[in-house]
Amino acid sequence: MSDRAPIVAARGVTRVLGGAVPATLVRDVDMEVAAGEFVAVTGPSGSGKSSLLYLLGLLDRPTRGRVLFDGVDTAGLGGDALAALRLARMGFVFQFHFLLPELGVLDNVALPMRRLGRLAAAGAEARALGLLARLGLADHARKSPDQLSGGQRQRVAIARALANDPVLILADEPTGNLDSASARLVFDVFASLAAEEGRAVVVVTHDEELARRATRRLRMVDGAIVPSGAPPAGTGAAGA
Amino acid sequence: MRLALELALAQLLRRRRQGVVSVLGVTLGVGFFIAMAAMMQGFQRDFVARVIDVQPHVVVKDEFRRRPAQAAELAAGPRAAVELRGEKPVDEPRGIRGARAIAAALGDMPGVAVAPNLAGQVFLRYGTREVAATLTGIDPEAERRVGNLERDLVDGSLDALHAVANGLVLGEALARKLGARSGTTLSLAGTQGVVLKAKVVGVFRTGITSLDTSVAYALLAKAQVVLERPNVVNQLRLRLVDPEGARDFALRVEERFGYRSESWQESNANVLGIFVIQRAIMYSTIGAILVVAGFGIFNVVSTVAWEKARDIAILKSIGFRERDILAVFLLQGLLVGVAGMVLGWVLGFLIVAFMGSLRFEIEGFVRLQGFVLHRTPLHYAASGAFALATSALAAWIPARRAARADPVDILRGAT
Repeated sequence: MSDRAPIVAARGVTRVLGGAVPATLVRDVDMEVAAGEFVAVTGPSGSGKSSLLYLLGLLDRPTRGRVLFDGVDTAGLGGDALAALRLARMGFVFQFHFLLPELGVLDNVALPMRRLGRLAAAGAEARALGLLARLGLADHARKSPDQLSGGQRQRVAIARALANDPVLILADEPTGNLDSASARLVFDVFASLAAEEGRAVVVVTHDEELARRATRRLRMVDGAIVPSGAPPAGTGAAGA
Repeated sequence: MRLALELALAQLLRRRRQGVVSVLGVTLGVGFFIAMAAMMQGFQRDFVARVIDVQPHVVVKDEFRRRPAQAAELAAGPRAAVELRGEKPVDEPRGIRGARAIAAALGDMPGVAVAPNLAGQVFLRYGTREVAATLTGIDPEAERRVGNLERDLVDGSLDALHAVANGLVLGEALARKLGARSGTTLSLAGTQGVVLKAKVVGVFRTGITSLDTSVAYALLAKAQVVLERPNVVNQLRLRLVDPEGARDFALRVEERFGYRSESWQESNANVLGIFVIQRAIMYSTIGAILVVAGFGIFNVVSTVAWEKARDIAILKSIGFRERDILAVFLLQGLLVGVAGMVLGWVLGFLIVAFMGSLRFEIEGFVRLQGFVLHRTPLHYAASGAFALATSALAAWIPARRAARADPVDILRGAT
């Protein structure tokens, strides 16, 4: 674990989905992610990986326990305050790219900036172009998302996640629909966002091989984090 | 807000056909609102203007609304219970008693002109034709002050009534029924048996059908002879500077003099009552069109919101608040409403212009040569406000549902 103050931390977090038969999605999870860390969460389908990610991303609230963002307990924050945190401090990437089909590539990337309103229109466009260039998509800025390949779209989604220069990046199976070359490329991007730019990155994946490239791995089974005792932490255990 | 508008527009453009149908619904509602309102209000205002122009504003008649109190009732006082049986009205000669004094008193009031009349039923005979009419005995000088009879003459003059022994001025339709015109001599028969030879010296056309088909004017003195009611006046016709105040004024006159005083509103209550029903029918028809248009908007916004569930989730994960999402979908409804409103204004304007160009003759309460149309920005404002309110309401319901959707539920379903 990093010795720096954590960006986001879960303290005894449990999430139970109500209904006729209540289901415990996340069970008593304690974890934290610091700046510069690249954390991979692995586990079988239905083990609660995505649910944990939604909780860390403040899209969902825990049934029990607390989620702290930047040291602040988020339980006391209203919907608008959580939305403001997501807007300015976090970036999401999902399994499906989730680009808005009505908007062009550039507008999709600029969307969070325009919502935040910190940059003028011209500034937002310039920044969006820069992000696209960084992800090797400079030539595709004026296209519509449906003219791009799956890997390209996912990189556009990453560019959008980076729009407001977030401290925390949360990705849910970002390579689930990609071929292995694209997947490796996407993971390289995440690794450099953490190692070179000091962002906290949490990636949910069931691809163990890719997960090995993270600085830390958490394994979930039945909603709980299990000690990953046996397999030795391979590369990059030292962190950033 | 601009961002929300852009997103709304972009999403709406993806649902072009439904959007166009919804816009057309609003367009029709607004267009017909304007056209029907112009037609109906034009006709109604025209009718009222003609009535105010042609008819006396208040008529004092030789009748009482309430029978006079009986001696027994007067003796017992107002709080006593008195039952009378076998009451019979006194058969007294009709007419306004002290008409001259009342007329003088009314004429002294500011903004009031008075003309005493005697009106009664007569038969006009010419050749083989016999037509019943209301003969009104007038004093031409006084009549000029209470009406525009002279202006409405299409032939002859009022002064000719003095020049000829038994002069008669007929409504145009009445003259046509008789086959008479200026210079025709016909016989004038009162209900008491008096028959005079009378000469048509003028023909008038007011445009109000009931007057033009059944009224004849003669000098007051001649009318008193034909109707066999010497020196009797049974009507005082009043003209007011403020016709809208006729109802109140009539009430005050009746209170003071006791005689039944009818304002033009009361005399035309049947027609004015029809106007109220007309308006009710019009507004409910238009309302129904706009409600249907509202369902169209509800449909398009609901469909978009349903299709866009994933996008709503992504917008929320990016950091859009509930109200931002609400704005995006509400604006879609309003965009439809605004587009429909503007097109509806154009449609309404065109329909009104088309109706205005039509020429035809109809004879109803009044005689018309085509539609009388009332054009006012008020109709545009009212129809626009109604259209926007309907659109906002129709879009608000699905928009609120979209705004409240839980992104995690959507994401769980999608991945």
